[in-house]
Amino acid sequence: MAVSQSVFGERHAIGLGRRIMLGLRLDGPLLAGLLLIAAFGLVVLWSAGGQDPGLMVRQLIRLGVALAVMLAVAQVPPKMLRMWSPWLFGVGLLLLAAVLIAGDLGGGAQRWLDLGFVRFQPSEIMKLAVPMMAAWYLHDRPLPPRFRELLIVLLLVALPAVLIARQPDLGTALMVGSAGMLVILLGGLRLRLIILLAAAAAALAPVLWHFMHDYQRRRVLTFFNPETDPLGAGYHIIQSKIAIGSGGLFGKGWGNGSQAQLEFLPERSTDFIFAVLGEEFGFLGLALLIALYLFVVGRGMVIAFQAQDTFTRLLAGSISLTFFVYVFVNTGMVTGLLPVVGVPLPLVSYGGTSMVTLMAGFGMLMAINGHRNLLAR
Amino acid sequence: MSINRLKDHWREQHMFFGRLVAAALITVLLSGLLMYRLVDLQVVHFEHFSRLSHGNRVRIEPVPPVRGLLLDREGRLLAENRPVYQLELVPEQVPDIEGTLDELVRLGLLDTEDLPRVRNQIRSQRRFEPTVLRQRLDEEEAALFAVKRPRFPGVDIRARLARQYPLGEIGAHAIGYVGAVSEADLQRLDTANYAGTAQTGRTGAERAWEHLLHGTTGYRQVLVNAQGRTLQELERNDAVPGHNVYLTLDLELQAVARQALAGRRGSIVALDPRNGEVLALVSTPAFDPNLFSTGISGAQYSALQNNPDQPLFNRALRGQYPPGSTIKPLLALAGLHYDVMDAADSVFCPGWFSLPNHSHRYRDWKRTGHGRVDLEESVAQSCDVYYYQLAMTLGIERMHEFLGWFGLGERTGIDIPGEQPGLLPSREWKRTAFRARQDQVWFPGETVITGIGQGYMLATPLQLAQSAAILANRGRGFRPTLLAAVENPASGERVATVPEPLPPLRLQPEHVEDAVDSMIAVVHGPRGTARATWSDASWTVAGKTGTAQVIGIAQGEEYDEEATAERERPHALFVAFAPAENPRIAIGVLVENGSSGSATAAPIARVVMDHWLQRTAD
Repeated sequence: MAVSQSVFGERHAIGLGRRIMLGLRLDGPLLAGLLLIAAFGLVVLWSAGGQDPGLMVRQLIRLGVALAVMLAVAQVPPKMLRMWSPWLFGVGLLLLAAVLIAGDLGGGAQRWLDLGFVRFQPSEIMKLAVPMMAAWYLHDRPLPPRFRELLIVLLLVALPAVLIARQPDLGTALMVGSAGMLVILLGGLRLRLIILLAAAAAALAPVLWHFMHDYQRRRVLTFFNPETDPLGAGYHIIQSKIAIGSGGLFGKGWGNGSQAQLEFLPERSTDFIFAVLGEEFGFLGLALLIALYLFVVGRGMVIAFQAQDTFTRLLAGSISLTFFVYVFVNTGMVTGLLPVVGVPLPLVSYGGTSMVTLMAGFGMLMAINGHRNLLAR
Repeated sequence: MSINRLKDHWREQHMFFGRLVAAALITVLLSGLLMYRLVDLQVVHFEHFSRLSHGNRVRIEPVPPVRGLLLDREGRLLAENRPVYQLELVPEQVPDIEGTLDELVRLGLLDTEDLPRVRNQIRSQRRFEPTVLRQRLDEEEAALFAVKRPRFPGVDIRARLARQYPLGEIGAHAIGYVGAVSEADLQRLDTANYAGTAQTGRTGAERAWEHLLHGTTGYRQVLVNAQGRTLQELERNDAVPGHNVYLTLDLELQAVARQALAGRRGSIVALDPRNGEVLALVSTPAFDPNLFSTGISGAQYSALQNNPDQPLFNRALRGQYPPGSTIKPLLALAGLHYDVMDAADSVFCPGWFSLPNHSHRYRDWKRTGHGRVDLEESVAQSCDVYYYQLAMTLGIERMHEFLGWFGLGERTGIDIPGEQPGLLPSREWKRTAFRARQDQVWFPGETVITGIGQGYMLATPLQLAQSAAILANRGRGFRPTLLAAVENPASGERVATVPEPLPPLRLQPEHVEDAVDSMIAVVHGPRGTARATWSDASWTVAGKTGTAQVIGIAQGEEYDEEATAERERPHALFVAFAPAENPRIAIGVLVENGSSGSATAAPIARVVMDHWLQRTAD
């Protein structure tokens, strides 16, 4: 009889199901949380996508692929993940450069790399490669890092982020940057330096503004006062607030959201799907989804808590918290708390590569959890 | 696990846990902020956003009411709503727009000139909204298109209601017409009730009873999507059709009057003296009001505007002419009323008149003079000298007062818009009407010529008819009206209007009869100016001819010898009522440059009066 250690450390006998889970190095609570979110997402997408069976099939295939990738990544021992980190980071950096030089035009921006059989965004690799690289760099150094080390790791995070921002893809750059920054913060950055960095970021804001594209500036301006441009850039936020607000406590019912169904809500199946959910399922629906997200984030943090070395600890913490950042940036944007940044709602928005990357990240969490040395600390 | 130099694992792990806990706290905090935001949007401001969402998807569309009919006194149609066929194209349903347009041009259903407008409209409109290719197709074109329709997907004929005036030119000035609602109209009208209304009454009865004819706009609530496409009707509040308005006009009499004036510039107004009802109101030349209701072209409109005969000008209400001799019976009555003379008193007419100590001679129209004339003869023969004398005796102030009682110099108050007041001069008027001090003085010579209805004095054909009507009814006048009854089309309930009497004039009946007798003598007397016209009369008619001098050519008019010669001829006028003892019709006739009241205007009056008297005889 196999023996396992549960989250809380008790030993007890386990059944067949748990044995399979253990064999596949899957984490039950995490998988359950993710599957529940995905299922809820599919229900919302059916309505948000205009009851299009083709769209549902494509999303299901994507989910299947993403789960398969997660399963595969879960089998990789964390030690190997660590060893691959610099290589993955290097390849990602090269691809980013390639995109900038010879990238196809996609949506008015250079983000895609056409590999002949598939087009994908190298920036997606960086969502994982950057925190991996930062964790790799920090894992065998005494923490908190020294100033020189800090500068190097900051450069490792900033370089891909800037390249991605140049594409221009502010949303992904932000996510990649924050994934890396979370590693550094968890790694023990001194409080003084955190404050210093925050001040520097504030000082850099006007510089950043200078390098922003017009549409990006408009989004920021619109964020502060959406009503100034009700039919232009402010339209998204106004319509999305109307959708959510008019949903009330219980929502208008599945498929009955007039804002969504009559197409007042733009990008209803992708970036703004949270508003569809809010309109049709009300506050209760949104609260349920947020609870599921928090459960997943919490489970990820427990895994990080239980991780046995610096690399896995930092990586697991970063992946879990980055997931929360995704959720917060998207929901904050849709509810008008944050400016409009093109970040999808994880596992719910209709969309391609980002879901695979996301699940690959959860695969790493499971690998970290599943390959843990079973000896007590 | 590898152990590095200086690496304190316990401390690092401890620090990591601290950071993780801090991150967890921040996560919880941010989630709290998000939940707070959601509560704010979905619970606190639910009503607000609910309303906004409702306003987004529900559009309120006006349903225009059907305009009420205009009918004559016997219920015959004067204005109705008939379907006209409109050719429309829905861009999103047309596979090949250019090919379709070319084909329609080839079939003659679309003008090449309209192509740029149509293309522009197709570009600028929503793809699912119809573009009007042509406002109006006649029956033949509609039939032609109906046959070929299968070849034109996305193109269709739509019937819409447009105002039609079966009388055409005949009723133009009395009935008026409708035209497109303008910005200025919306200042005056109830915007909400006109939300779906394309046309509103512009002139005549259409304008006067717009509030009755229009009806109440209904509304329908429709579900629309973000592009504005109507998906479904949610609620409907039907429009209430306008009231049917019965006019006092008699369609036949109107046509007879119009026919009698054919080819001339002039006007006829016929009233029923017993109640003020307008039986006929004609102004010529006229125009086809159907042009306005179905959309008049710029060229057509400017042709009407620039026509020197001014077909758009309503002479009956707005044309102001010197009344000439038509006021003589009234002045004779004034002489009796103010007791400055007796009917039997006679004046010697040598053919001219001059003021004491003045050499200027005011000539009679008859150079040789009328010899001795009393009141009756002065009216019958239209002796000018008698009235020069009488005017001097009465003085301008008493003439002003007395003629005013008969509706001259002020608006009669007829219930269709646009009436002009004419002009009844007085000392007071002259003081205010002129700038220069020397022009503000009233001269005795001006009193003299006012005695024969010349000088400053002006009257509209309506006023002429009204003065005849007041005399006909022996001083008991009524406000002229075109409104006979109003009918609710739903209930069929019909409310007739009550005649509005004017304050009765306090005149001695025998004085009035003297004046009426003198007018009878005009028509039936041996020396009456209109005796030739009524040589075979079946009714006793009281009338008075008038021939009014035309004052020179107006400034800015082009000098054209032939046209000018014609336009310098005097205006021909005739006022009358019949039967004299119990009148059923009073009439005012004016023919611009008609030369002679007795030769031109009187025969026209007879045709109209005969028709009415025969129709109403029982």
